[in-house]
Amino acid sequence: MAFAENNWNHTRGKQESSLAALMERLFAHLGTKVIEWIHVLGAATIFLFVALLRSLHPKQLPKVVQQIYYIGARSTTIILLVSLFTGMVLGLQSYHALVQFGAQGALGTLVSLSLIRELGPVLTAIMITARAGSAITAEIGIQRITEQVDALKTMRIDPFSYIISPRITASIISFPLLTAAFDIIGIIGGYITGVILMGLNAGTYLHSIQSYVDIKDITDGFAKSIVFAVIVATVCCYQGYYVHRRKDSKGAKAVGLATTSAVVISCVLILVSDYVVTSLLLI
Amino acid sequence: MTTPLIEFKNVTKRFGTQTVLDKVNLQIYEGQVTTIIGLSGSGKSVLLKHIIGLLKPDEGTILFRGQPVNEMKKAEMNELMSQMSYMFQSNALFGSMTVYDNIALPLLEKTKLHKSEIHKRVMARIEQTELTEAAHKFPSELSGGMQKRAALARALVTDPKVVLFDEPTTGQDPVRKNAILSMIAQYQRKFNFTAIMVSHEIPDVYFISNSILALYDKEVVFQGTPEELGDFEHPFTDEVIRSLESLQRELTGLYSQRQFKMLNRTQFQRRKSDESYCVAVFTLSGLDAIKSMLGYDAAQVIIHSMGLYVDKHFGSIGGFSTRRNHDEIVTVLPYSDLQEAESILKQFIADFQEKGIRDIWEEAQKKTRLEKCVDFAILAGVAEGQPIEEIDAVINSARGQQKEIGRMQCAVKE
Repeated sequence: MAFAENNWNHTRGKQESSLAALMERLFAHLGTKVIEWIHVLGAATIFLFVALLRSLHPKQLPKVVQQIYYIGARSTTIILLVSLFTGMVLGLQSYHALVQFGAQGALGTLVSLSLIRELGPVLTAIMITARAGSAITAEIGIQRITEQVDALKTMRIDPFSYIISPRITASIISFPLLTAAFDIIGIIGGYITGVILMGLNAGTYLHSIQSYVDIKDITDGFAKSIVFAVIVATVCCYQGYYVHRRKDSKGAKAVGLATTSAVVISCVLILVSDYVVTSLLLI
Repeated sequence: MTTPLIEFKNVTKRFGTQTVLDKVNLQIYEGQVTTIIGLSGSGKSVLLKHIIGLLKPDEGTILFRGQPVNEMKKAEMNELMSQMSYMFQSNALFGSMTVYDNIALPLLEKTKLHKSEIHKRVMARIEQTELTEAAHKFPSELSGGMQKRAALARALVTDPKVVLFDEPTTGQDPVRKNAILSMIAQYQRKFNFTAIMVSHEIPDVYFISNSILALYDKEVVFQGTPEELGDFEHPFTDEVIRSLESLQRELTGLYSQRQFKMLNRTQFQRRKSDESYCVAVFTLSGLDAIKSMLGYDAAQVIIHSMGLYVDKHFGSIGGFSTRRNHDEIVTVLPYSDLQEAESILKQFIADFQEKGIRDIWEEAQKKTRLEKCVDFAILAGVAEGQPIEEIDAVINSARGQQKEIGRMQCAVKE
């Protein structure tokens, strides 16, 4: 009997110790991941501030203008196309929903507020991430793996001033402008479906926009787009610039993975920060 | 004693757990061409990147003109870096910029020169590196050799005092390899910079280097002149130098100076002191004109073809040859007396005049698309010596006996 009890105690003790070891491993893994994330977050913040500091030099202006062309101007077509159809589908869906309550007169308000407060900044940021953000990561990544970044250093040219800073500054300028374009074309899209296709009175549509859209809605939308610009540009530049430090792969494959990571992380952070910024703005 | 321009004192570099450089000591002197040789992966590029400041040592000190680099202030460091230039193994040209823009970049970004002055300097380098037609092309539209020249032009455009070349001849054919090395040597003389080069091109680098550094097993195992490397007994010599020299011999028919010296020594040890041998010296007169008119590639083809031709005639009777100077080939005929040597030379001259010189010229023309013609001549001389005599004296005597054996003359247009 005493032997059986001892054996049971021994087995139980063994189970407890293996459970403790498992928990220890789990927490160690979790802890390592959290430390890594905090490290990356800190590094990315320093990265952003150094880049912003470098952008203050007047010599940066031509490079910023060039990047506004690549990031902003060349994204215009896709932004306009997406915004038009977003506005149209929003107008169509909202009209059918509002008609059930006899509130179709509020279509202009619903379309414009949805676009200005949420869809405009978020979709613009996601579209620029897909078009320009991925290109930024790939370009900087290739420059890194082909030693072009090192070449700049040997020529005493600061890679931050030459590569990173103009892209971040250009993003901060381009995002709000493209968001504004998105909002306007989206509202026109809503007008096309609501007024031209569904027969809503044009005056009602426009008056409802004028009555309920406040200047704060517009500035809040721009504030969000600036936050998204900082996030997207920092994430994409950071992923490209430190592509050589990736542990999962090297060379061209690493550039491919960095580009994917940049797009995924940017999109997730856009949505997360959208919630946070909205909450703060509504306080 | 002169203070070295750059000095490494017990420099150690590790990547993770792997030690790449282990207590490396070396000295690099101003105005010289110093070549770092060693096997692939032996840390040559890592060593070079320490000099330019792309990597920092884990242990040890790097001194510049006797001053530790790690103790320098930012302004001093900037001043030091402004004197240096680096030519990457992969060229590191900006793919989205034209050759012109690539070369102009350091001047545009780091100087306050007027645009017209920058244009003048960039165009000068473009012309010197024979890239005029490629100036507005992108790097991806150029051949490997042209990309190298573009990288070289970019490295030289700031008139640096120290230029670091990381395997400047990688991926080039044997003729182009020599052409690039020859170009570096010529620019080094012209602009008087200190050249530090990483290269596998043994023995070609011996011709242009004042000092050789051998990196083996994470350490610098040899530092001295190319001649001193000939007497260096170390596993490095067996593993690295001999294998590379054998390849070179297969490609050109010529021995390295080190092999040549060893062959001489072996041959003369077997001979009695009163026995005689002969030396023939061949000189290509007009090589500089060929380089400037037709380019470095054409000049190297001529030397290369000449070496094969000499080896074809004299190799069959036990002769062995080496390239003594950039335009000179020396052949030792260990078992021939003067009469026999002169008779073989006569046959060589007849064959050379009938066919050889034309073949050489045609090979050179294939390398250049230019419709230019350059006069050049081949001189040859033979002298007899005895094993007790210094071979240099016999070579000088053969030089004194030289006369023209063939000339390529351009037709005069009426």
